[in-house]
Amino acid sequence: MATTEQYIGQRLLRKEDAKLLAGEGSYIDNQSMAGMVWMALVRPPFVHATIEAVDTAAAAAMPGVVAAYSAADLQGEWAAGLPMVWPNTEDIKVPTHYPLAADKVRFAGDAVAVVVAATREQAEDAAEAVSVRASALPAVIDLEDAASDRVVIHEDLGTNKVTHWSHGGAGDQNVFDTAPVIVQERYTQPRLIPNAIEARGCLAYGSPAAGEFTLVSATQIPHIARVGHSIATGIPQNKLRIIAPDVGGGFGSKLNVYAEEALALALARKLNRPVKWIETRSENYVATIHGRGTLHDCTLAGTEDGKILGMKFVELADMGAYFQLLTPGIPELGGWVYMGPYDIQAYWYEYTGVMTNATPTDAYRGAGRPEATFVVERLVDAFARRIGMDPVELRRKNLHPPFTEATASICGLSVDSGNYEPALDRAIELADYAQFRKEQTARRANGDGKQIGIGVSSYIEMCGLAPSNILGALRYVAGGWDGAEIECRPFGKVVVRTGTSPHGQGHETAWAQIVADGLGVTPDDVEVLHGDTSVSRIGMDTYGSRSVSVGGEALRRAVEKVREKARKIAAHELEVSEDDLEWTDGAFRVKGAPDKARTIPDIATSAWHAHALPADVEPVLEGTAVFDPPNFTWPGGTHICVVEVDTDTGKTDIVRYVAVDDCGNVINPMIVDGQVHGGVAQGIAEALYEEAIYDESGNLASGNMTQYLVPSATEIPAMLLDRTVTPSTTNGLGVKGIGEAGTIAAPPAVVNAVIDAVSHLGVTHVAKPATPERVWRAIQDAKAKGSPEATPGSQGGAA
Amino acid sequence: MTQISVTVNGTTHTADVEPRTLLVYFLREHLDLTGTNVGCDTSSCGTCTVHVDGEAVKSCTMLAVQADGREVTTIEAMAAADGTMHPLQDAFHRNHGLQCGYCTPGMIMAAASYLRENPSPTEEEIRGSLEGNLCRCTGYQNIVASIIDAAGVMAGKG
Repeated sequence: MATTEQYIGQRLLRKEDAKLLAGEGSYIDNQSMAGMVWMALVRPPFVHATIEAVDTAAAAAMPGVVAAYSAADLQGEWAAGLPMVWPNTEDIKVPTHYPLAADKVRFAGDAVAVVVAATREQAEDAAEAVSVRASALPAVIDLEDAASDRVVIHEDLGTNKVTHWSHGGAGDQNVFDTAPVIVQERYTQPRLIPNAIEARGCLAYGSPAAGEFTLVSATQIPHIARVGHSIATGIPQNKLRIIAPDVGGGFGSKLNVYAEEALALALARKLNRPVKWIETRSENYVATIHGRGTLHDCTLAGTEDGKILGMKFVELADMGAYFQLLTPGIPELGGWVYMGPYDIQAYWYEYTGVMTNATPTDAYRGAGRPEATFVVERLVDAFARRIGMDPVELRRKNLHPPFTEATASICGLSVDSGNYEPALDRAIELADYAQFRKEQTARRANGDGKQIGIGVSSYIEMCGLAPSNILGALRYVAGGWDGAEIECRPFGKVVVRTGTSPHGQGHETAWAQIVADGLGVTPDDVEVLHGDTSVSRIGMDTYGSRSVSVGGEALRRAVEKVREKARKIAAHELEVSEDDLEWTDGAFRVKGAPDKARTIPDIATSAWHAHALPADVEPVLEGTAVFDPPNFTWPGGTHICVVEVDTDTGKTDIVRYVAVDDCGNVINPMIVDGQVHGGVAQGIAEALYEEAIYDESGNLASGNMTQYLVPSATEIPAMLLDRTVTPSTTNGLGVKGIGEAGTIAAPPAVVNAVIDAVSHLGVTHVAKPATPERVWRAIQDAKAKGSPEATPGSQGGAA
Repeated sequence: MTQISVTVNGTTHTADVEPRTLLVYFLREHLDLTGTNVGCDTSSCGTCTVHVDGEAVKSCTMLAVQADGREVTTIEAMAAADGTMHPLQDAFHRNHGLQCGYCTPGMIMAAASYLRENPSPTEEEIRGSLEGNLCRCTGYQNIVASIIDAAGVMAGKG
């Protein structure tokens, strides 16, 4: 239907919802096929061990069992190991990584055998019956312990320190020795478990005779997975189709090329049966990637009056037992935002990637930028405390001045646009900052058992991954472009094929808004197809807050191509020159005679029946665009958290949470707010609740949802949101991305608030997550030390 | 194998099940009612919430044999026969109470049960009622808003 209504910027309800609300989602575990068999994996008895024997005979004889294989049985299936696509330095040491471990296991998810049976239960029962004889080796989990090479996890590499990447620094590095104020801090960030509510799973099937196979998988990256699984299994890319059905959340945990997917494909080929695997939650905790796991030594050089001169960070980053798809690149993604939104003169960042006997780490919501932002914002607060300055005033004094065109940054890249102070001002206003400072002062004076703390986090992030030339310079093997195809069907309906692969982000709706505005139709007329390599040919998938700024911009450009073609047909039919037409009110109209017009539905019909097209115009109204962004996009903003800490128990309650983000122009504000809510909730979880805990043998003690606290609605507070708008210069939509902002900004806001609440007692540090026990111990330790240090900054009133 | 007879969404099904079969797998794999999702193996996440005799139950905490002779309602039966969404489904849509949608059936079943108990809850009461249902996408804000909205609509109708 032709329309003149503008949809970009509207709070349009989602096209995705109806089937999901009806319980008709196509999630992987809802799919089955005739002749299908179930796969179960045999995980190892120890996290680090020499494998002496794997006996599958008993399992193979059990009811319903089709096959049981050890690593040796399947070695012939692999053309190569599982791919890692970011060998970030020339001398990086890359461990061999096959889907099953043969002689040695190195982490709890390192499967040694696989069983295939008629039912899920039979497969699981048979997996229990596989006998594994193994000799346990000492396990290393702690980063510094692993870095000492006391135990080397991959003997052939000779060390656990497998990569060392340096940003190279910028500005006068002498300030880190000579500045009037030097603040040095060490921050640890534990591993986190992503916990998409749908665990992983896949279904592989095909025709061994034809050599053609399909993998349906709960993945964020069907297009990248096609490349990766082709490399591992040897199935040519033009005979390998990957389908991402409805996917129940990702957060980076489904941004990978996993062993189980490769095994399902190989077994479908070997057994000529559809093979299905569904991960249990307990498996998910050890076999799906983890996030974070870092140790930062931080130095801030500043002046007595609160100017930050430089910041320097030296990091140890936990890689886990193998590299997964992007593992060594994740810290590096943070390596460009260690200046925060501040105007500083000296920058240094380097990291060493360390192998441990734990699950491989990889991209978890924010991927490198939360780790960076946390230490920057903790360090800035430590500086404020040191010199006795209000943390808001200190940030204001150091914010980079506004700029509307791409501008070179101390980080070495160009930042698309930025205007940080309005977000800080708005956050202070929404947070009632001055009022809560007064309340804090009063409660401190009364010695109240519940103390108020206010935490601020001003951030910048780098997303919209990514300019391919920069990725190449960083030794990432793929590009960062994305594609979109538009097909205008006769009589007015439009089919879009996008290279992005949403799993909750609402692309079907937001993409329809972009197309509707560009083609003068309604969003209901636009069907957005995604997540299938045979449907969306050209794609680079969804991660890193890239989808709208890369895939959305590709779509906007495809719209322009459709309009270029449509203009030719309209001019022909209206018997005017193309220059006599203008696109206005949702149609091509003759200048000066706007009633003489052709809409896109008119033209699509003409182009389809093709009865009378101009000589140089091919039938079918369609357009395809591939967009390679000239730059990243750089959102920013300020979050403020106000907490109440019970000084007797150490328990923290959030009494107000304010997020003011600048993600550039907004396509659908409802979806953007939803992304912030979810991101902040994960950030609060990181700050207060979540932590992978290991015992002395290297076993994951927080090994399921009863021992690892994924917060519920009672732990997550209502949030106050607002936005400032500084359009991106990287794309024609002016959009920046919002998927990870909350997770990047929230952890330091919350932890800074907790510390602020008890800083008058002498507490200057509480490790993340700031559990009641940690806060209580910090208070006891501070009391034991005697007189508290002066904390005038935390008592400042005006802001 | 044990024979059970369970009324699910108004239809009585008689089936032979293994004693260890959980109610959720009976629904999903014997009856092909795949709207009820599974999110964990420790009864932590609430994704599999259904109604048994009108009350919210995590269907992974119950064996199929325990449902013998009882009435089960799943997300598939929440909309009216003509396809009109239940007020909770409609409110989740209007308030963007879902993103990936995986926890959503469980959230709606938990909320429907709770609103029968407490038709006009406060925000805090709603949050408390959802303690056993995890969502990783929404930060709960719009789920809570959806339930408040639906409670108003349902009260208006009542």
